[in-house]
Amino acid sequence: MKLTVWTYEGPPHVGAMRVATAMKGLHYVLHAPQGDTYADLLFTMIERRNHRPPVTYTTFQARDLGADTGNLFKSACLEAYARHQPEAMIVGASCTAELIQDDPGGMSETLGLPVPVIPLELPSYQRKENFGADETFYRITRALAKPMARSDRVTANLLGPTGLGFRHRDDITEVTGLLMEMGIEVNVTAPYGASPSDIARMGHAHFNVLMYPETGEAAARWMEKELGQPYTKTVPIGVGATRAFVAEVAELAGVAPRLDDSRLRSPWYSASVDSTYLTGKRVFLFGDGTHVAACARLARDEMGFEVVGLGCYNREQARLLRGVARDFGVEALITDDYLEVERCIEELAPELILGTQMERHIGKRLGIPCAVISAPVHVQDFPARYSPQMGIEGANVIFDTWVHPLVMGLEEHLLTMFREDFEFHDEAGASHHGGKAKPRPETGGQPPVPPGGIEEEKKQATAIEIVWLPAAEKELRKIPFFVRGKARRNTELFAGERGVSEISVDTLYEAKAHYAR
Amino acid sequence: MTDRFAPPPARGCSATPVLKERGQHEVFCGLTGIIWLHRKMQDAFFLVVGSRTCAHLLQSAAGVMIFAEPRFATAILEETDLAGLADAQQELDRVVRELLERRPDIKQLFLVGSCPSEVIKLDLANAAERMSAEFAPHVRVLNYSGSGIETTFTQGEDACLAAMVPVLPRSEARELLLVGALPDVVEEQAVGLLEAMGIGPIRVLPAPNREAEYGLGPGTVYALTQPFLTDTHEALSRRGARHISAPFPFGEEGTTAWLWAIAQEFGVSPKTFHAVTEKPRARARKAVAQAAETLNGKSVFLFPDSQLEIPLARFLTRECGMTAIEVGAPFIHRAVMQADLDLLCEGPTIAEGQDVDKQLDRCRAASPDLTVCGLGLANPLEAEGLTTKWAIELVFTPVHFYEQAGDLAGLFSRPIRRRALLDHEGAV
Ligand code: SF4
Repeated sequence: MKLTVWTYEGPPHVGAMRVATAMKGLHYVLHAPQGDTYADLLFTMIERRNHRPPVTYTTFQARDLGADTGNLFKSACLEAYARHQPEAMIVGASCTAELIQDDPGGMSETLGLPVPVIPLELPSYQRKENFGADETFYRITRALAKPMARSDRVTANLLGPTGLGFRHRDDITEVTGLLMEMGIEVNVTAPYGASPSDIARMGHAHFNVLMYPETGEAAARWMEKELGQPYTKTVPIGVGATRAFVAEVAELAGVAPRLDDSRLRSPWYSASVDSTYLTGKRVFLFGDGTHVAACARLARDEMGFEVVGLGCYNREQARLLRGVARDFGVEALITDDYLEVERCIEELAPELILGTQMERHIGKRLGIPCAVISAPVHVQDFPARYSPQMGIEGANVIFDTWVHPLVMGLEEHLLTMFREDFEFHDEAGASHHGGKAKPRPETGGQPPVPPGGIEEEKKQATAIEIVWLPAAEKELRKIPFFVRGKARRNTELFAGERGVSEISVDTLYEAKAHYAR
Repeated sequence: MTDRFAPPPARGCSATPVLKERGQHEVFCGLTGIIWLHRKMQDAFFLVVGSRTCAHLLQSAAGVMIFAEPRFATAILEETDLAGLADAQQELDRVVRELLERRPDIKQLFLVGSCPSEVIKLDLANAAERMSAEFAPHVRVLNYSGSGIETTFTQGEDACLAAMVPVLPRSEARELLLVGALPDVVEEQAVGLLEAMGIGPIRVLPAPNREAEYGLGPGTVYALTQPFLTDTHEALSRRGARHISAPFPFGEEGTTAWLWAIAQEFGVSPKTFHAVTEKPRARARKAVAQAAETLNGKSVFLFPDSQLEIPLARFLTRECGMTAIEVGAPFIHRAVMQADLDLLCEGPTIAEGQDVDKQLDRCRAASPDLTVCGLGLANPLEAEGLTTKWAIELVFTPVHFYEQAGDLAGLFSRPIRRRALLDHEGAV
């Protein structure tokens, strides 16, 4: 039993829904109680889909349990077929139906439906959403894709984009463009926008582009083995990765690498003097393994940040992330417990978090700016405008997105220069975020205590060894909020190393001098 | 006291044959109620014993992860818990012990059953008793089911309140009990009006915290503020308390009829009643009239969702001039719904349960001016050109009594006004 408040991933059948909803002409019959229909709103509200997910829930009730939930399932299958006339169906159980052991797969076979019916075995009590999506896409591919002659022109399939994916919609456009520049056509993009008959002709492609290993890797591996299609290993997020991706594709396709970077602005933006203030910003990254791995390199090599910690919530990518972490000389945090993530962030006191919606809330609580780089998604992660993460435009978008929550360069200087000024104090926040400047509380005393008493716990934890003298504490508060965490941490470290148990104003400035770069 | 309204219809809907549907339901389960219950009961914690799906439902229904550490959580069953029930009980003890250690502010803990816990027959009543003994008197542990195989959406609140009834002490006092977890502002308005008529003492279920609790007995009379509180209604009757039957307090008419039923029970004179209600009634009337300009003459189709459908249809038809085409409710409990059914003009299809695809067919065929439905259906129907109001907002926003009557009408008129305002060219 595991106590959980917020989760990074839903159950595996939600992953299957992400595949089914992204596709066309496929219908999912899910053996599940009525409450599980909540999952529809993820697609219709968060992603603003204008169609109901193609899912029939059997919505069995307690009174059916003794009687015949099996027949309920069968009639739901028959009715769903009759009404929706899909090209293929997938069938499976939710967590509750798994317990009543009706065997949807076996039952559906007996129905004699005239289309392929693909059974899903998604262990609800062991695995999660990403696995569910990956496994579902793999099962569909395995059932429908066949070896066939390669297309005359060089083509590729794009694998992995699903419903509820982080910017999948726009990444498809961007990657399609990257390939086109090299004269490579997209054969099928799947699951997003593909029908079962599209899946059946995936064998035409010369190779596969694995956009999202989280949701497409099992299928990519199978296709490599059974259809002889190699797949790309580079995820083109960031300028460097995009160039590497182009090189990898060129190699796989046997064409010349070509990248039109006339629209690329992020390297210059990063080099321009206003960005000097980004230098060495301490960032913490958390999200799905793929996005974190790509964004960590981007953060260091293209933004000039210092990566102080990283991690992912999907165990499937633990190995990848441990490797990346080693490269950065930090430890990878592999957990799906957001409280653990929060503790880690608090401890590291980064100046910027690159995370999920979950970290955005943690950041709000701790007063640390955050930009979102990964699912789980929120309605805000489906902007109306074109905003990919991959390719050239993705790099531009990321520059803007990551810089946005930080205080702009010049403003940062002003804050430091006028830190005693009533309007330029730290609680006023960044002016470009539209918040009205709040007057500094008269006493300058109590900082707002976040709910849950985290601040308290922290004080207790450090109080044992090191005490901040009131004057030093007051001085610390004069330091702008976006560097205060670092200052506090460095000073405590400095004091700890020297066996100083009381931090005075002098200790604070000695530490500052010590760490000056 | 309903003199300002059209007389009740000669034949209301109570005799209309009900269309009973038994197909795919598109309704949340009772766990959802935790989202508002945990805000209302400030010393209570709701521990769902369930699966990752249950946790995900709560998270999705809460919309965003707003609260850092809300007073609810899910104990997610894992493979090992499914293997042996004895071990599962031990595990639950461990989880609860850790939780209560970390949250000394918790005075009542609800163990909330889910589909998985019920299917494996994990006995939460037993667990609650065992834990109550262990943690008394500091913490009281109760249990109820919010599972999707037993409850729909708002029935979770019903099950929770019903679970609290038996543990209230016995009392002989003559008291008025208002039943239902309403937003504080709304609750205060109701209590204020009733007290102004000289009625009291007034209690509410759920009490904001354990300290504010009271006794129950044959002297207690109670009024339901929500139409889904049927089990609570029965549990209260079993304790000897008496139900004041009335239409539900939505809109000016419903509120007046509801207050008047209570006033009569307490022997309040018509004169006093008028004096207290006159001004808020006038305000409500004015506010409703504004929204009703948009709603008048329009048709409405209500999908089953919150159980509020029948009283709302009564409000929309009688006070806002709408025509109801179909009024669906997850279930219809005559004992609490009678007064509203009596007032609802004959005409609409009254449906109980759901077969969502068939109902969608009926809805499309009828092409109503406004469709009231759940979140899963709203955007798809909008994309088909229908105007919708998502029903969950009716449960999350203050809509009861006079001062909210205009807001309630506004919830329905806004989507219609919006559609009229927007150039829909290329909207879908
Ligand atoms: S329907 Fe059952 S399994 Fe699904 S969320 Fe509700 S209680 Fe949990």
